[in-house]
Amino acid sequence: MRDAISDPIELPDPHSDASIGVLKTSMSPKRMALKRFVNHRAALISAIVLVCIIIFVALAPITTRYGVNETIFPASEGPNQNLAPFDLAWFGTDGNGRDLYSRIIYGAQVSMLIGLFTAIGSVLLGTLVGGLAGYKGGWLDDILMRVTDIFLALPLLVVLVIVRGMLKNVSWVSTLMGDPNSVRFLVILLTIIGWMGVARLIRGQVKQLKEREFVEAARALGATSKRIMFRHLLPNSVGQIMVALTFAVVGAIAAEATLSFFGYGPDAGSGMTSLGLLIRDSKRAVPPGYWWLVVFPGVFFIILSLCINFIGDGLRDAVDPKMQQELK
Amino acid sequence: MTDATLSIRDLRVTFKTLLGPVQAVRGVSLDVHPGEVLGVVGESGSGKSVSFLSIMGLLGKNAVIEGSAKVGDVELVGANQKAMRRVRGSEVAMIFQDPLSALNPVHRVGAQVAEMILAHQRDMSKDAAANRAVELLDLVGIPQPEQRARQYAHEFSGGMRQRVMIAMAIANNPKVLIADEPTTALDVTVQAQILEVIDRIRKEMGTAVVLITHDLGVVARMADRVQVMYAGRVVERSDVHNIFHESRHPYTRGLLGSQPTLGRERLTPIPGAPPNMLQPPSGCAFRARCVHAAPQCAGDLPELVQVGLTESACVRANELEALV
Repeated sequence: MRDAISDPIELPDPHSDASIGVLKTSMSPKRMALKRFVNHRAALISAIVLVCIIIFVALAPITTRYGVNETIFPASEGPNQNLAPFDLAWFGTDGNGRDLYSRIIYGAQVSMLIGLFTAIGSVLLGTLVGGLAGYKGGWLDDILMRVTDIFLALPLLVVLVIVRGMLKNVSWVSTLMGDPNSVRFLVILLTIIGWMGVARLIRGQVKQLKEREFVEAARALGATSKRIMFRHLLPNSVGQIMVALTFAVVGAIAAEATLSFFGYGPDAGSGMTSLGLLIRDSKRAVPPGYWWLVVFPGVFFIILSLCINFIGDGLRDAVDPKMQQELK
Repeated sequence: MTDATLSIRDLRVTFKTLLGPVQAVRGVSLDVHPGEVLGVVGESGSGKSVSFLSIMGLLGKNAVIEGSAKVGDVELVGANQKAMRRVRGSEVAMIFQDPLSALNPVHRVGAQVAEMILAHQRDMSKDAAANRAVELLDLVGIPQPEQRARQYAHEFSGGMRQRVMIAMAIANNPKVLIADEPTTALDVTVQAQILEVIDRIRKEMGTAVVLITHDLGVVARMADRVQVMYAGRVVERSDVHNIFHESRHPYTRGLLGSQPTLGRERLTPIPGAPPNMLQPPSGCAFRARCVHAAPQCAGDLPELVQVGLTESACVRANELEALV
């Protein structure tokens, strides 16, 4: 038996030209994800639209015609209130004679900043809690996840009322969160209410990755916990984190609108507005029939939310390894 | 012999499960010497992988490990996490069955090898580690190592990934390389190449190799000594030639009989299935499946005894020659 097996097997010399062949150009996972994202039609269009919106919003003084709190012309020169769209004010004017188009751009600025900062805060907190729970497991996992459940059970408006009403006299809370109408207050409030989904997602992701063989192999070859976390678990979760971040932005923008609708919106000072505040103001525009005050902020809000949502969908598909086969 | 690189004495591993303790390993002893290949053979569930995972500290919290496993003077059983981490990779390295999932998909292959070097040699610069990684890839027979180092795992075939795993395993010159079924997931021609690589490393670096497998062909080709495991115990031990030609244990013979050979029409499988280790049988664990079982087999746990040219844990080993 031994003789049959120990016959020398002819091995091709790995260094010979014949076995080298032609190396195809290398493609990183990031580039593959980008390619899949670009193939996602709705996500690509949304991304282009969103980039346009961001450019308009970021360059606000240049892209707007009037200041946020500026009337299109002084009231002394004629009635300037609630004018239907015309050449001086493309989206019409509001009850104070201000240009609605300019106000939407400035409002979007505030809303998108709230959305972005809240999303970043939620994702950082959620990744920390979820990553710790998933990696350490055991009792720490139980405790952190039960805390997450408790936070999930808190309704936004109740937290708002509690923080506003009861904690405003606690000095460190007001120092930390600022005035209840400030943008900072809203960002922190929405972060408190928004990190749990991310925590659950990341915990699941880490728990799953932790059992993957490359993590075990790394451990078998002497990698430290820190190394495993930052070299293996985190980089492999980046896609998921990006998706979570995207949806968190939409969630925060929508939550801002909700709060504004109930009269708890941001007051950024000197007539500044937000998408939520503009939508709230449109309530008063319905009975007299000032349709532009309802349609333009609403449509802008919907377009913004849809774009970010589609981008999130596209990202989710792009980072899903199961989609790999479809890539040519 | 005292010059053993890895020396295991009376290793026992028990898993605490809901159904009760499962005795996966029940008293295994072995020595591996520098530059030697020890083949560990057995069916699935015979405890061969668990033995080595346990000494590496890679089993879950429900595993209770007793006995002793020493690399040089360092005791591995009961060592704390920090000490264990220092041993893994630099003293004892392990490669696994499935190279397809053993590489991180988001990092370049060269970076992963370099990372392994840096994990143990912290004073080394990143550039030096990267260069060393390319050298290692070349050493394990990866063509165009500079270019390949910049590629990702999905651009490597199974055999190439296993080569990368070996490169990572030998990155810090471990004294012992434990290969847990390194070729099972690969096709036969690639298998031969991987074994070649392992053999070259053994020769060039003097690494002691433990080759865990159920493929007797691999053992015949590679191993210097063989130990056969069944139900968490070593049932027979000898040098490779005598295992194939002078076996004195019915289980080893059963394994040999169930192996395909040129010129033989039918295989003779071993009837039955391995015992349930929740309630390991008394006496010889193999007797329920053994054609030579006799009343005395139910007595004490048989120990390894020198019989003829091999050490066999069969109480009837002496009579066995006459019985066949």
